[in-house]
Amino acid sequence: MTSSLDPIASGRFPAGALAFPHRDLIAISALERHEILYLLQEAERWVTFNRQPAKHTDTLSGLTIINAFFENSTRTLVSFEIAGKRLGADVVNMHAATSSVKKGETLIDTAMTLNAMRPDAIVIRHGASGAVRLLAGKVDCPVLNAGDGQHEHPTQALLDALALRHKLRERGEGAEDFTGLTITICGDILHSRVARSNILCLQAMGASVRVCAPPSLMPEGIEAMGAQPFHDFDAALRGADVVMMLRLQNERMDGQFIPSPREFRYLFGLTQERLALAVDDAIVMHPGPMNRGVEIDSNVADLPERSIITAQVEMGVAIRMACLDVLTRRLRGVPGWAPNSPAGDMV
Amino acid sequence: MKQRTLTITGGKLVTGEGVAPGAVRCVDGLIDAVGDIAAQDGDEIFDAGGKLVAPGLVDLGVFAIDKPAFHFGGITRAGLMPDADPPLDHPARVRFAAQSGKPDFWVHPLAAATAGLAGESLSEIALMREAGAKAIATGRKWIADSGVMLRLMQYAAMLDMVVIAHAEDSAIAGNAAATAGEMATRLGIPSAPKQAETLALARDIALAEMTGARLHVRQITTAQGLALVREAKARGVGITAGVTPAHFMLSDLAMAEFRTFARLSPPLRSEEDRQAVIAALGDGTIDVVSSGHDPRGPEDKNLPFADAASGMAGAETLLAMVLTLVRDEVIDMPRAFALMAQNPAQLLGVEAGALDMGAEADIAIIDAEAPWVVDSRKMAASAGNTPFDRQPVQGRVTALWKGGAAIAL
Repeated sequence: MTSSLDPIASGRFPAGALAFPHRDLIAISALERHEILYLLQEAERWVTFNRQPAKHTDTLSGLTIINAFFENSTRTLVSFEIAGKRLGADVVNMHAATSSVKKGETLIDTAMTLNAMRPDAIVIRHGASGAVRLLAGKVDCPVLNAGDGQHEHPTQALLDALALRHKLRERGEGAEDFTGLTITICGDILHSRVARSNILCLQAMGASVRVCAPPSLMPEGIEAMGAQPFHDFDAALRGADVVMMLRLQNERMDGQFIPSPREFRYLFGLTQERLALAVDDAIVMHPGPMNRGVEIDSNVADLPERSIITAQVEMGVAIRMACLDVLTRRLRGVPGWAPNSPAGDMV
Repeated sequence: MKQRTLTITGGKLVTGEGVAPGAVRCVDGLIDAVGDIAAQDGDEIFDAGGKLVAPGLVDLGVFAIDKPAFHFGGITRAGLMPDADPPLDHPARVRFAAQSGKPDFWVHPLAAATAGLAGESLSEIALMREAGAKAIATGRKWIADSGVMLRLMQYAAMLDMVVIAHAEDSAIAGNAAATAGEMATRLGIPSAPKQAETLALARDIALAEMTGARLHVRQITTAQGLALVREAKARGVGITAGVTPAHFMLSDLAMAEFRTFARLSPPLRSEEDRQAVIAALGDGTIDVVSSGHDPRGPEDKNLPFADAASGMAGAETLLAMVLTLVRDEVIDMPRAFALMAQNPAQLLGVEAGALDMGAEADIAIIDAEAPWVVDSRKMAASAGNTPFDRQPVQGRVTALWKGGAAIAL
C-alpha cells in the first residue's frame, strides 16, 4: 500500500529528520515556514490515500496512541482517532472532563500515569493555555496539541491551510503558498486558539490576515502578531479573498461580551449580502462547530463553489495522519530519522 | 536575660544622612550609641570589615512566616498579610500571629479589614489593634463595595491606623492572569487591561481624601497609577505607595513559555510600566519596596499558567534587587534603606528600620558587592518560586542581629 504513495519530493526540504526536527507539535509559533510546508506536503499523500475505498496501512502498526481529551470535543477527537487507526496504530481515547482532572498535581500525575503505559504518541486537548506544553515536559513520547485553552490549535491551522491550498489548486490558482491573498478571520478572536494558530500559519505562508470582532472579543496587541484588526465587518470583507468565520466561545466567556446572538449576527454574521463585499468567488471557511444563523447563514455555509467547510474536515484526517507519521519516525527508526543515523540517509 | 553589650566596629553606617564609617553600640537589645564612638571595656566586638552596617529590613506585606528566607534576606520584621486560612480577622488569631516569630523574628500582623476578607462587613479592628495588629489590610483583593470601603476608611481614620489596600478593580480584572497586551494575546492567557489598577486607585484616593485616612497601596505597577499617586501626594492626600522588585525588574515578557513563577498579582506589566515604576522609585513617588513573600510549592505552581496560584518567594532577593537600583544610580544607599526599612517601620508605627539611639538593635551587615546567583532549587525559603531564577545578583547579608541577639545565617 505504501508503495503507491507519492515519494517525498527530493531536494525541496532538508533531508531526513532535519525537515521536522521537533519531538512535539505544540504550537505553530514554534514552526518555521518550511516546516509548515513540509507537513502540508506530507499530508497530500494521505488526502489521496483517504479517498480510496480501503483506507488502512500498517505504517504505525504496533504503536499505541493515546488521545487524552481534558475538554469536550467531537470532530477533533474523531479525526485524530480515525487518523491513528488508518495508520494502523492502536488508538485509545481518554475522556477526562475538565472538572474532574484539573486541580493540583492531578494533571501532572495523569501525564505520568499515561506515560507509564508507554504510549508512542499522546494527543492532548486541555482547557487551559499552556497545559499541553506543561504535560509534554512530563512524558517521554511525542505530544500533539489538539487545542490548549485560548493558546493554539496547530493541526486546525494546518488543515485549514491544506484545504485552502486544495481549493486554490482546483481553481487553477495553484500556488504552493498564499502570497498575495487577503484572509479575513471574523468572530470571537479573543477566546479562539484557532484564530491564533491561523494568524501565525497563514502569515507564514505569505497571506495578509485581517481579524474582525467587537472590541470586547478582540485581544489587545493582536496587531503585534501581524494581523490587521477591524471592528467593521463590511470594511474587513472588502477585497478579502477568503473569509474564515469563528463561533462565539460561550464556554470561555467570563461575563457578558455581546448583548445577544442576534445582535452579533446583525453586526458580524456572514450573510450572502455581506459576502458580496468580498472578491468574486471568495472562499468561505469555518473550523466548526457552526452556529448557523449566528456567525454564518446556512445559505453561505452551504455554497457549493465557495464554502470549503466540509473539505476542512476531510483535510483534518490527512493532516493528523501526516503529523502522527512524521512525529513517530524517530522511534520507528525510519532511515534518516533514527537518532543515530546521518540525516542524509533519507533520500 | 541580660545580653552582653555588643559594639559593631569597622563598618560603614547607613543612615538617613548617608553612608559613613562609624560604630554601633547595643545595650540590652537596644541601640545605645551610633556614629563616631568606641567600644568600651567588656563589650563584645564585631568587626564589620568595611561592609555596610544597616538596619534590619522591615518587610511590609508578606504572606508567610518563613524565617530562613527572611534571615537570608536581612529581614528582621515583617507585616503579615491577613490572607491566612482562616484569615487574621479575629483578635485571638492576631495575638497568636504577633507572637509567632519571636524572639529572632518579629511579626506585625495586619488586621483583615473585613470579616473573612469577603469585603462585606467590617471586622473588629480596634480589638485586633489591642491584640497587636499594626495596620489594616484589605488582603489580596480590592474591596469592591465602595460603601464598605468608605466606612472602613472613616473607621481607620478614627483609629489612626494605616489602611493597606490592593488596587485592582475586581470586575475588570475578573479571572485574568495577565495584563492585556501582546504577550497575553500570544500565549492566550486570560488578561485584563492595566486600567483595572487606575480605576481602583482613583476611588481609594478619593475616599482617603474624603475621610482623612492614611492609605498605603501595597503595589502600584502602572504609569497611570503612579501619576495618580504623584498628584494625590501633591494635594496633600495621606497616601503612600509600595511595589515589589518583580515590577521594577520584570515585564510581562517573563511569562514566556508559560512560566508560572511569573504569575503574580497584580500581573506583570509592559516594559513601559516597568520603566515608570523605576522612575517613581527615583523621584520619591514610591515609598516602600517589599518582598511580597509568598512561597508556593509545585502543587500551586506546576500547573497551567492561569490555574497556578499567584505569588513569588521574594524575601531572599529583596535586598539584592533594590541594590541594583543603587548601582544603576536610580536611588542612593540611604534611600534604598528608607524604602526597605525606615518607611515601612513608620507605616507600622514601630521603633525600627533605622540605626537610631533607643531603637531595637535590628542590624544587618551587608556586603553590597558580593556576587551570587539566584537558584530556585537552592532557596532558604520553604518554596523556590522566584521569578529571578538563575539571575546573577550582587549584595548579601553576612551577619544579622534581632534585638541585639545574633542570628545564625
